[in-house]
Amino acid sequence: MPVTVVCLAILVAWYIAAVFMNTVVAEAKIEAAGGGLVNTLDISWSLERPVIPAPHQVVVEVWKTVFTVAPWKVKSLVFHVWVTLSSTLLGFALGTLLGIGLAVAIVHSKLLNKSLMPWIIASQTIPILAIAPMVIVVLGSVGLTGIFPKSIISMYLCFFPVTIGMVKGLTSPDPMQLDLMRTYNASGPQVLWKLRFPAAMPFLFTSLKIAIAIALTGAIVGELPTGAQAGIGSRMLAGSYYGQTIQIWAALVAASAVAASLVYGVGGIERVVNARMGVRA
Amino acid sequence: MKTQNFIAPVIFGVAVLVFWQAFVRFFDVPFVIFPAPTDIWAKLITSLPTLYEDFVQTFIRAVIPGWIIGSLAGFLVALLCDRFDFLKRGLLPLGNLAAALPIVGVAPILVMWFGFDWQSKAAMVVVMTFFPMLVNVVTGLQASGHLERDLMRSYGANWLQTLVKLRLPAAMPFIFNALKINSTLAMIGAIVAEFFGTPIVGMGFRISTEVGRMGLDMVWAEITVAALVGSAFYGLLVALERWVTFWHPSYRT
Repeated sequence: MPVTVVCLAILVAWYIAAVFMNTVVAEAKIEAAGGGLVNTLDISWSLERPVIPAPHQVVVEVWKTVFTVAPWKVKSLVFHVWVTLSSTLLGFALGTLLGIGLAVAIVHSKLLNKSLMPWIIASQTIPILAIAPMVIVVLGSVGLTGIFPKSIISMYLCFFPVTIGMVKGLTSPDPMQLDLMRTYNASGPQVLWKLRFPAAMPFLFTSLKIAIAIALTGAIVGELPTGAQAGIGSRMLAGSYYGQTIQIWAALVAASAVAASLVYGVGGIERVVNARMGVRA
Repeated sequence: MKTQNFIAPVIFGVAVLVFWQAFVRFFDVPFVIFPAPTDIWAKLITSLPTLYEDFVQTFIRAVIPGWIIGSLAGFLVALLCDRFDFLKRGLLPLGNLAAALPIVGVAPILVMWFGFDWQSKAAMVVVMTFFPMLVNVVTGLQASGHLERDLMRSYGANWLQTLVKLRLPAAMPFIFNALKINSTLAMIGAIVAEFFGTPIVGMGFRISTEVGRMGLDMVWAEITVAALVGSAFYGLLVALERWVTFWHPSYRT
């Protein structure tokens, strides 16, 4: 209920802002139409290239590009979402594997923990998205094009939360439980599989939710400097070049919807895993 | 013990650099793919003025003001949320949602609104840093225990006194967490916003144009600067956090 009120307030503020910000560019047009409040509202909410499009214009644009165009055409938003989504998911999968692998290595080796951990943290203080253009160029010159370079950027972004979360999770079993495993004469892999991994699950899923969100951001930004022909990011870039504000907003709405459903999807998997592990909801 | 903790990562880092240099020289990797560390260093030294200009444009003009305004705005709205429960229940879910959204996407819109210069980049940073601060402060303000709050009430302390003397200090770890997250987000936001249009100066601008001209050594020099600045920024916050929240269990030994 409070969420609805706040959303409505945002919507109202948006419409009002649209009036004020758009009349600046549409003044002449409104004058020509005879002025007055009705004309002002009518014109400022239906400009072709508004400073800020009214919500209904965005909705119409999304509707048009999703439902009235065949999904495999370049004009379709579904097509662009699919391109971005595929590289996001590939990067997310790679990043998760790398993150878990690093965490397992770090937990098992004191030396690695000391030497690798500071560098993993330092790796994230580099604004990786700034490297994006270079990564794409380097990979492009070795013959890797398409979704793979973008996935590498997503991977680089999302391995970090997974590693941090998993190191915490894998070390979360308390000494009593580890001692018990030792009295069972369990081998290293057995301790890992039967004790450490199950114990790390809550940490893993918290990290995965963060990871998939930034994987999407990585994929979108990865599309910017490459001049990629397709994807949500290139859609925004094209919109910004040609002043197609409505197109940018529509892409933004699509990106948000994808992000929300991805995080929701990870949450769903978490519930299934929890249920199988016998965690009471 | 302390020096040992310091030496291991340094050795690892040096090993990586040596390996990189050897790899590039041995296999004769083309310059456009991977310049050797020595090439990057040479470029870094010779183009210090340009790098400094980019640093001022991106970091001093866009990142710092944006980071301060965004964090401060998030903090103030969090206080409002704390005062009015209705606002909290309305804004917090949206704040959590915003954390998952690709906020960098609004960059082209902001560039259109605020122009090509640093204002649009600062605005981008403000938008990016607002929500992490909001969510963290709201959580942090609930971190103080019931016992302590009851004690404050028995002292007859009002909302402001309780806030300043008890709940804000208790929220400090959360606030610093948000500040640290924001320091990285701010760098990313400013640089990505520069991809959408900028005057002919700035780190993001330099990176994207030098990639186009195949000047990879300049790109790496710029990345080195960005990494150093980012790490220094982060390190400063960690030091400040240690000083402010000296009482926190994670710093007591």
